[in-house]
Amino acid sequence: MATVFDSVGRETISHLDYVGNLNIQWWATLRAMKSSLPFIGKSYRWQTAVQQMLQIGVDALPMVSLMAICTGLILALQGATELRRFGALHYVIDLVAVGFTRELGPLLTAIAVSGRSGSAFAAEIGTMKVTEEIDSLRVMAIDPVEFILGPKYLAALISVPCLSIICNVCGIMAGGLFMFFSTHLSPPLYFRYVLASIKLRDVISGLIKSVAFATIIAHVSCLEGFRVSAGADSVGRSTTSAVVKSTFLVIVADAVFTAIFYFTGQA
Amino acid sequence: MAIISVRDLVVEYDGRRVLDGLNLDIEHGETMVLLGGSGSGKSTLLRHIIGLERPKSGSVYVKGIDITNCSPAELKKVRHSIGVAFQSAALFNSLSVNDNVALPMRELTKLAPSIIDLVVWMNLSVVGLADFGNLYPQELSGGMKKRAAVARALALGPEILVLDEPSAGLDPIVAAELDELILLLKQTFQMTVIVVTHEMASAFTIADRIAMLYKGAFRSIGTKDEIKASQDPRVRQFLDRDPGDKGKEPAIATYFQKYLQTPEANL
Repeated sequence: MATVFDSVGRETISHLDYVGNLNIQWWATLRAMKSSLPFIGKSYRWQTAVQQMLQIGVDALPMVSLMAICTGLILALQGATELRRFGALHYVIDLVAVGFTRELGPLLTAIAVSGRSGSAFAAEIGTMKVTEEIDSLRVMAIDPVEFILGPKYLAALISVPCLSIICNVCGIMAGGLFMFFSTHLSPPLYFRYVLASIKLRDVISGLIKSVAFATIIAHVSCLEGFRVSAGADSVGRSTTSAVVKSTFLVIVADAVFTAIFYFTGQA
Repeated sequence: MAIISVRDLVVEYDGRRVLDGLNLDIEHGETMVLLGGSGSGKSTLLRHIIGLERPKSGSVYVKGIDITNCSPAELKKVRHSIGVAFQSAALFNSLSVNDNVALPMRELTKLAPSIIDLVVWMNLSVVGLADFGNLYPQELSGGMKKRAAVARALALGPEILVLDEPSAGLDPIVAAELDELILLLKQTFQMTVIVVTHEMASAFTIADRIAMLYKGAFRSIGTKDEIKASQDPRVRQFLDRDPGDKGKEPAIATYFQKYLQTPEANL
């Protein structure tokens, strides 16, 4: 019995330690963000942030768009199968439009970014640790969190919501494609119905979620990179852990946000 | 007064004692070589001298400040006066050689970009890499990487230059060129230089004094001549490249002899 309590206690402390480290890292990065901003920050850090934006956002665009189109078609097809029985096929428009704006756009984007960029962040920082680059920053009196994470976090905060919006547009367009081929609903009319069904609060709640997801992905992935001890296998483990933990936490955060929006009448 | 003083330094990893009560004074302007075999603790001592790790007990004073027990601001100030070139060079692969050398100046000073460019060119000229500034670390040879790391270590005009295994993995000609460079730097900039190495020829070329480590303790500290004349058995074994207990058969030889007597080997 004592062993059970011992292991539960140890696991609890380990998880609290992890969350504590995430918080410390988040505050340190927030303080350091100023130096990555254009005009008031250091110009080369802003350039690094722009490069990161291209990697997180532009490079992920084809993948996210394709995922959104496929998911949009799946949602429309599955929805239509049931709604047709009640003669309510036109509700497919609401299902796709509201579903993507509030939920699927931010979530799909976060999963794609977690897999692509989260793993890249962890592998990059982990390799820097193994090759003593992090140590060399420390002995130069440069804070590694500030130097590495500042531009990455800023880039994620800008790229992920932008990708999320593009994901919404692609998903909604896929719904329009389905409606055109199944009911011959013209695209202009479809988009008029879409605009009527989406409310501003849906867009805002989706954007709030995508900012939170960007924060989770950037910080969990970078923390996993900083936790690399030594060797290539440790880098591999941290990369896997970064994707698994950030995807898991994104889904947990999504559930929490959805519950908050539901109970506060925002959804 | 010594620029660096190590007092009763004890370091343990998982209960295993790596450094056992070390005492060492390094005077201003001298070149101290930390000599010792693999696993003797010389790199661990170096990491404590540059403040990358905290010891179990004891103190390391750099310019009168105990870096094992000082505030982050004091540690930062001390680090500004130390330039470190790591064994792996630890150059940032995403930055060109020019940007690597410019990094500490961009991060820690308010120098104008044109002045930074000038200092970068001067430092690269000192190490003979003025024509290679636009290359990336992965495009450099091992010797060039180490030179670039020295140029970066010199960027802020440090009082103390620390070099971890500068000639490891290099051919004898390139290693001798690096030794020449270290002597030149010492003469030109009047710096205190600490070099960790197990290369005897290099140690006797560059050192003012040599500290010989064996199993986490100093066996001998003295000038080149004093070390050469030492009658300490471990120092003599190292100097004479004596493989150790000649009466004892190596374990691998015993293994092969046993294997050759098995039926499998005599098929």
